[in-house]
Parts: sequence; structure tokens; C-alpha cells
Amino acid sequence: MRSLILPKTLVHLAALTPLAILLWQMWGEAKGFSNALGADPVAEIEHRLGLWALRFLMITLAITPLRQLTGWNVLVRFRRILGLYAFAYASLHFAAYLGLDLRGFWAQIFQDIIKRPYITVGFIAWLLLVPLAVTSTTGWIKRLGRNWARLHKLVYVIAVLAVLHFWWLVKSDLREPALYAGILAVLLGWRAWKALKARATAKVKARSVPAARA
Amino acid sequence: MNLREALRIPSADVTEESVYRDRRRVLAMLGAVPALGIAGCSEAAPPASTATITPEQAKAGFSTAEELTRELDATTYNNFYEFGTNKDDPSNAAKTLRTSPWTVAVGGHCAKPGKLSLEDLIKGLSPQERIYRMRCVEGWSMVIPWLGVPLGDALKRFEPTSKAKYVAFTSLADPRQMPGVRSPVLDWPYREGLRIDEAMNPLTLLATGMYGKTLPQQNGAPLRLVVPWKYGFKGIKSIIAITFVERMPKTSWNMSQASEYGFFSNVNPAVDHPRWSQASERRIAGSASKLFAERIPTLPFNGYAAQVASMYAGMDLKKWF
Repeated sequence: MRSLILPKTLVHLAALTPLAILLWQMWGEAKGFSNALGADPVAEIEHRLGLWALRFLMITLAITPLRQLTGWNVLVRFRRILGLYAFAYASLHFAAYLGLDLRGFWAQIFQDIIKRPYITVGFIAWLLLVPLAVTSTTGWIKRLGRNWARLHKLVYVIAVLAVLHFWWLVKSDLREPALYAGILAVLLGWRAWKALKARATAKVKARSVPAARA
Repeated sequence: MNLREALRIPSADVTEESVYRDRRRVLAMLGAVPALGIAGCSEAAPPASTATITPEQAKAGFSTAEELTRELDATTYNNFYEFGTNKDDPSNAAKTLRTSPWTVAVGGHCAKPGKLSLEDLIKGLSPQERIYRMRCVEGWSMVIPWLGVPLGDALKRFEPTSKAKYVAFTSLADPRQMPGVRSPVLDWPYREGLRIDEAMNPLTLLATGMYGKTLPQQNGAPLRLVVPWKYGFKGIKSIIAITFVERMPKTSWNMSQASEYGFFSNVNPAVDHPRWSQASERRIAGSASKLFAERIPTLPFNGYAAQVASMYAGMDLKKWF
């Protein structure tokens, strides 16, 4: 247990770095000494927070395949932190949209959420993340038992919605969202392949075991 | 003084507007000099009065008292997909564009077609400064001081015939000079078009400069269109061909996604883009921090309704978006 304090601290520091950089640049923009956020800082803030939410989602989903490939079971101990950072960045992304982008035009929120498919799916993805974040505590894990794992399978749906959110917002150059779609396809494809293989072995066992006993 | 320091200066310390305008006028004249030089110094001196805007012109929509977008913002935040799809790609990559010599082919239904040098195309037409709002379909806007000539004045010289119902424009698409053209993000070359009355409207500008200077490459050098009551993408950049046509010409964004980008693309808060509400916009202008700037409501025809709405009388603008 104690041995993980250092790596966990490092993970926290690494995960907070993009936020720290962004806050520093926002401070610079507000005080007028930096132009690092460009001509449209609100769009840049929204975009960057959203991108980090997506990245943390992908990193969280990469834990299981990495563990299976390397045999490093300790990796699973970092999954909760990473997932919570995905939720934190997604929440800040949503907060920036509400608090910076739509400032003074609150009525537009409902119209946006209902009428724009990319905002609809983004909002649903964030909504689905909420119960996962709430039930991430040890107490909830115990209380929910087997249902906890079932509930947290929602992360697959969330990841697909998040990529779709990015895909639909791009005007015509799909290369960047396609990159994330590709990563997600690999991460989910790995699980699908594993599941198929496990089912096949189970079938073989089911057939062969009684025969061996006989 | 470096750039960051320059940005920190409070607006009260900045040169008074009248002086600034005068400076801009001088710069505008300077900008006109090289062109005249190439054209053989056929005119003794560039016209002096045209760069400043009279109150009458301001009333006609040729100017606005709204805060200008900082030149740094207008020249580093660009949609010019021929140089990449990120906003900062054009300012980083467009230096490779060779803007001189530059020829424009004018043809189609007109009595005097021809292939002209840029200098000959605008020779003798009085350069003007126009301060226009520019509204991007993505929901942001700027206020930019352009230099140029009214498109209509330039077009009339080619004597369009009665068959010329529309004007089609084509951008340069040279993969050696424009790295973005190597990827099929749009069907190159970039194409745009106007109905002939829109092209002849006094607001429509054929721009060769901005902020009292020659147009930077990333902003569409050496020759671009500025149609202030339409979304920014109608302002085709680095024009190499102008053609008078009888039928509504194909336009790049309409070809890419017809359900989202119409031929007219007039700024209209009542007609939403499927992905962006057009009811409001973020104004990228002024010297204050834009971090906490509130959105502003978008106006029909981008605030130029008095000058242009009559051209669309009787048209269903929800259908003809």
C-alpha cells in the first residue's frame, strides 16, 4: 500500500499539469501579459478541457488491456484516479461552456442541448459519467457488489458518445477525431476479441470436461 | 518594446483615434504606391481622400464605431483551409504563398474578358477603407478595417452581358505553395459565388489590404472578397478567376455539406446551422480580455439589413439560407 504513494502522487501531478498550464494562461489572458490562448480564448479553453477529458477516458480504458498484456496487476490501482480525472475535466469542459461561452445567453443552453446532436451526445456522456463518479468510492463498490461492474460498463457507451461529440463538431477535417475513434476501436476491439476467445474456451471446456471424467 | 508589452498598454495610452485614422490613411496611400509603381506610375499621386470614411459613408454601412479587432488576432486566427484546418495554421504556413506576380482571369458572359495582372485589375479604381463586421458561421465575429475597391466597379469594366446572372470566383489551389491542398478536406479549388446584384452592391469589397497595409497571405492575399452581410466563408481568398455565369455556380462549402451551407449564406439569427446556433456570437475585438466577454446577439444580415435586405424581398430566407 505504502509503496504506491509516490507513483500515485506522480499520477496526480501529471493529471493536474494540463489544468495548471491552462489556469496560468487564463491568468495571463485576464491580466493582459499573455496571448497564449489566442484570439478566441473561450473556444480554446473549451476545446482543451474537452480534449483532456477524452484523453483521460482513453487512458482509463487502456488500463485493462495494458494489464493483460504486461501482467502488471498493479495498474488497476490507478484506474479510479484516472477515471475521476476524466470526469473532472469533462465537468470543467461543461462548466466552461456554461460559464464562459454561454454567459448572458443561458436560454440558449436548452436549445443547444435539444437541437444540436453534438451537444446532445456530449451532454448525455457527461450525465452518464456522474453516477460512475458517485459510485467510485469503496463504500459504493461494496454496496453494489456485482452490479458495480455492470454499472461501470457504461464507460464504453460514454467513450463512444465522447468520440461522436468530437466527430460531429468538426466542420470537415476529421483527422483528429478519427485518431481518437481509432484508439477507441483498438481499446474496445481488444475487449471484444478477449470476450470471444473466453467464450470459445468456455465452450470447449464445457464439452471436454464431462468427457474426460467419463 | 516587444509584442507582449505592446498588448499591455491601456487603451487610454493609445494614440488618439483621429491621429490613428490619419496614420492609417497615410499607410493606405503607402500601400497603394507599390501597385502603382508596377503599373508604371501612370497616376501622379494616389487619391488622398478615399481612405477616411465620411459620416455619410458610415451611415451607409461602410464603417462602424464598434471596437476594432486587434490586428494580431485578425492575422493569427484564420480559416484558410488551403494552409491547414487549425486557426493558427494559415499564419504559420502561408508565408510560402507567392503573391506577386498575380494574374486574375475574368471571363464568361461579358464583352471584354481577359487575363489581367492584379495591378491592372484595380488600376484607376479608388482604394477605400471599409470597417466591417465579419461574422463567422462558427459563431464568432470580428471588426476589421479593410482596404480595397468596390467589386462592382471592378466588374463593370468587363461589361457583363444580360446573361450574367451570377458571378463565380475561384481560389488558387497550388499544393506546392499551399500544404493544406494536399489533403482532400474540401474539393479544391475553393469556389464561391454571388448573384450579380449582390456582386454589384456597394458594400461588396474586393480587398487588397487591411489595417492600412497590404493583405497578409493568411488573410487571402493578394486579393479576396469581403461580403459583410454574409458568413465569413463567402469571402473567398487568393482569387485567381472571376467568371460571369448564367446559372447559380457551385460553391465549396455547399458541395461539402449542402444541408449546412447554402448558396446565399446571409447572416441570419433565425436560421440555425445544424451545429451552431446563429442567435448570438462571441465578438473577438477590443483591447480588453476576451475571457469574460459576454456573447452579443447576432443581427439579421449582420447589421447591414438597411443596405441589403431589399435584394431578398419576397424570398423565403429559411429555404434560401
